[in-house]
Amino acid sequence: MIAFIIRRLLQSVIVMIAVAAVSFTLFRFVGDPINSMVGQETSIADRQALRDSLGLNDPIVLQFGRFLGNALQGEFGISYRLQMPVTELILQRLPATVELALVSGLLAFVLGLSLGVYTALRRRGVLSNIIMTASLIGVSLPTFLIGVLLIWVFAVELRWLPSNGRGEVVALGDCWSTGLLTHSGRLALILPAITLGLYQMTLIMRLVRAEMLEVLRADYIKFARARGLSARAVNFGHALKNTLVPVITITGLQLGSIIAFAIITETVFNWPGVGALFINSVRFVDVPVMAAYLMMIALIFVVINLIVDLLYYAVDPRLRVDRAGKAH
Amino acid sequence: MADPLLSVRDLVVEFPTRRGTLRALDRVSFDIMPGEVLGMVGESGAGKSITGAAIIGLIEPPGRIAGGEIRLKGERIDTLRPEALRRIRGKRIGMVFQDPLTSLNPLYTVAQQLIETIRTHIDCSEAEARKRAVALLDRVGIPAAARRIDDYPHHFSGGMRQRVVIALALCAEPELVIADEPTTALDVSVQSQIIEVLKDICAERGAAVMLITHDMGVIAETADRVAVLYAGRVAEIGPVREVITEALHPYTRGLMGSIPTLTQESDRLVQIPGAMPRLNAIPQGCAFNPRCDRAFAPCFTDRPELLALAGGRQVACWLHDTAKAQEVPHG
Ligand SMILES: Nc1ncnc2c1ncn2[C@@H]1O[C@H](COP(=O)(O)OP(=O)(O)O)[C@@H](O)[C@H]1O
Ligand code: SF4
Ligand SMILES: [Mg+2]
Repeated sequence: MIAFIIRRLLQSVIVMIAVAAVSFTLFRFVGDPINSMVGQETSIADRQALRDSLGLNDPIVLQFGRFLGNALQGEFGISYRLQMPVTELILQRLPATVELALVSGLLAFVLGLSLGVYTALRRRGVLSNIIMTASLIGVSLPTFLIGVLLIWVFAVELRWLPSNGRGEVVALGDCWSTGLLTHSGRLALILPAITLGLYQMTLIMRLVRAEMLEVLRADYIKFARARGLSARAVNFGHALKNTLVPVITITGLQLGSIIAFAIITETVFNWPGVGALFINSVRFVDVPVMAAYLMMIALIFVVINLIVDLLYYAVDPRLRVDRAGKAH
Repeated sequence: MADPLLSVRDLVVEFPTRRGTLRALDRVSFDIMPGEVLGMVGESGAGKSITGAAIIGLIEPPGRIAGGEIRLKGERIDTLRPEALRRIRGKRIGMVFQDPLTSLNPLYTVAQQLIETIRTHIDCSEAEARKRAVALLDRVGIPAAARRIDDYPHHFSGGMRQRVVIALALCAEPELVIADEPTTALDVSVQSQIIEVLKDICAERGAAVMLITHDMGVIAETADRVAVLYAGRVAEIGPVREVITEALHPYTRGLMGSIPTLTQESDRLVQIPGAMPRLNAIPQGCAFNPRCDRAFAPCFTDRPELLALAGGRQVACWLHDTAKAQEVPHG
C-alpha cells in the first residue's frame, strides 16, 4: 500500500516536471517577455540591463531551475496585461470556476449514475429508450451550442434565469468568494452548470449503462439470483458495485476535463472564472498567466488521478497484491 | 410409492426470435424423489441448462415457459409470483453453476457472500450466520475455514472456489440442489473430489440432487437414476445400472458407448454418426430419426411419447410401443 502510494506520487512529480518544462518553454520563448514589459521608446541598452537583472541571460537550466523554484512557491510572475501577480489573479478567479465545476460535476455524476442504472435495469422500457435517444443529442451537440440554446430559451424567451455573470457573491474568509449563499448567485449558476455538465452526464450515463448491462450478464449475478437474493441486493449490492470499478476512473478524469472545458462555458456565460481569464490571456499573449494556468490544470489532473487510483484500490480487492501470497 | 419432491410435466420452454419461435424444451417430463440423485445427460444444446433454469424460474427473457407445470412437493412453482419464487431459490432449491472462477462476486469476501445468503433465508444474527458459514466451509473441505472465510474469491484455487460455491448453494439447507456441470471447468484431478463432497453433503442432509453433466462416467458413479435429453425432449429415464447395461433408446445406447470404462466391451463403443439437429430444424416424428439406424415408418411421421415400462423405466421410442413395433420390418 505505502509502496503503491509512493510510486504513484513519484509518477505525479515526473508529470508535473514535464508540464513545468512546457510551461517554461512557453514562458521563455513565446514572444519576448521584455517587449511585453517595457514601452516602445525604451532603449536597447535599457532592455539589455533589464534582461540581465531578470536573469534572462543566464543558462537555460538555471532559468528553468529558478522557474521551478518559483512555481513551487506559487510564484508565476506578473501578468503583462493586468500588471498584477499572476497567482493573485488566479486565486481571485478560482472560486468561480471551482464552484461551477463542482456543481456541474456533481450534477453529471449523480444524474449520469442514476440514469445509467435506470436505463440498464429497465432496458426495454419506453422511458429508457427516450432517455437513451435524448442522450445522443447530449453527446453530439457542442457545449457552446447547448449554452446558447439554454440562454435563448431560459434567459431571453422565458426570462427565468440570468445568462451573464455570477450574481451576488459573499466573501468567505480572505480567499474565497461564494455565489452559493445568495439567491441570485444560485440562479446564475444553474444555466452554466447544466451547460458544462450535460456532456459529462450523458457520457457517464452511457458508460454506466454499458458497464451495468455487461455486469448483469455475469455468472456471479446469475448465481446471486439463483441464491434467492432480493432484486435490490443483486442490482445494487452486487451489480452496481462491480459497475463502479471501471466507472470511477473515467468519472474522475471527467471531473478534470470539466475544469478544462469550463473555458467555453465561462466565455459563453461571461462567468468570471479562470477559464475566461485564460482566454483573455491568450488573446493578449499574456504568457505568465498562460503558463500558470497550464500548471494549474496539470496539477488538478494529477491530483484527481491520484485520488482515483486510491479509490480504485479501495474498491477492488484484486488490486491489493500484498495478500496474494495466500493464493494457491 | 413416495410422492416426488420435484415433478416436471410436459414442460415447454420457448425463445421468440426474429426468425420464428425456438422451442428449447418440448414437453419434458420427469420426477425427482426426495433424497435422490437424478443424473441428467445429453449433448451440448440438448436443453439441460434450460431445464435447470426453468425449475428455479430464471429463464432469461424473452425466453419463457410456454407450457406444462413444475411442482415442488405438490405445489405449483412455475406460476408463482417473482417474489414468492425468489424465496424458494436458495432456500428450497439450491443451484451450482459450471464455472467457479466466475460464479463468485470478486468484490466481496467469501464471508460476506455466505452471510448475506444465509441471512436472506434464515432469520439469525450476523454472528450466528458467520458461525454457520464457517462450519459449512469446513464441511465442504476448505482447510482453516475460520481464517480463510475472510479471504476474497481470487485467493482461492478453482477447486476451492467450487467448494465455496457448493457451500453457498447449500447454506440455507435446500431440499433440492441443481448442479449444472459442476466439474466441467475444473482440473481433472479435483473433479471427483468435488462430486464426492456434493454428493456426501446432500446425502447427509437428505437433499435431492439434479446432476447435469455430459460425463456418463460421473453419472454411473453418482446417480440413482438418469434422464437422457435429446433436442429438448426426454429420450429415456431409468435406474442408472439398467440404463447403462441395457439402454432402451437407440440414442442412449450410442451415448453409453462413449463411457470409457474398463468393464465395457469393445463392441459397445459405438459412435453415433451425425449431429443433434438445431432447434429450428427438428425433423418431424422422432427427433432422433436422421441418426437412428433402427428407424422405421412411424418414426418419420409421429413423435414417440414417453412410455412407462416395467422396473421404473421410461422411454420415448416407437420400438418399445407394442402396437407400432408390430410394423418393424425386421426383428
Ligand atoms: N437465450 C437463448 N435464446 C435462444 N436460444 C437459446 C437461448 N438459451 C439457450 N438457447 C437454446 O436452447 C437450447 C438448449 O440450451 P442449453 O439448455 O443451454 O443446452 P445444454 O444442454 O448444453 O445445457 C440450445 O439449443 C440453445 O441454443
Ligand atoms: S422412435 Fe424410431 S427413430 Fe426414434 S429412436 Fe426409436 S427407432 Fe429411432
Ligand atoms: Mg449447459
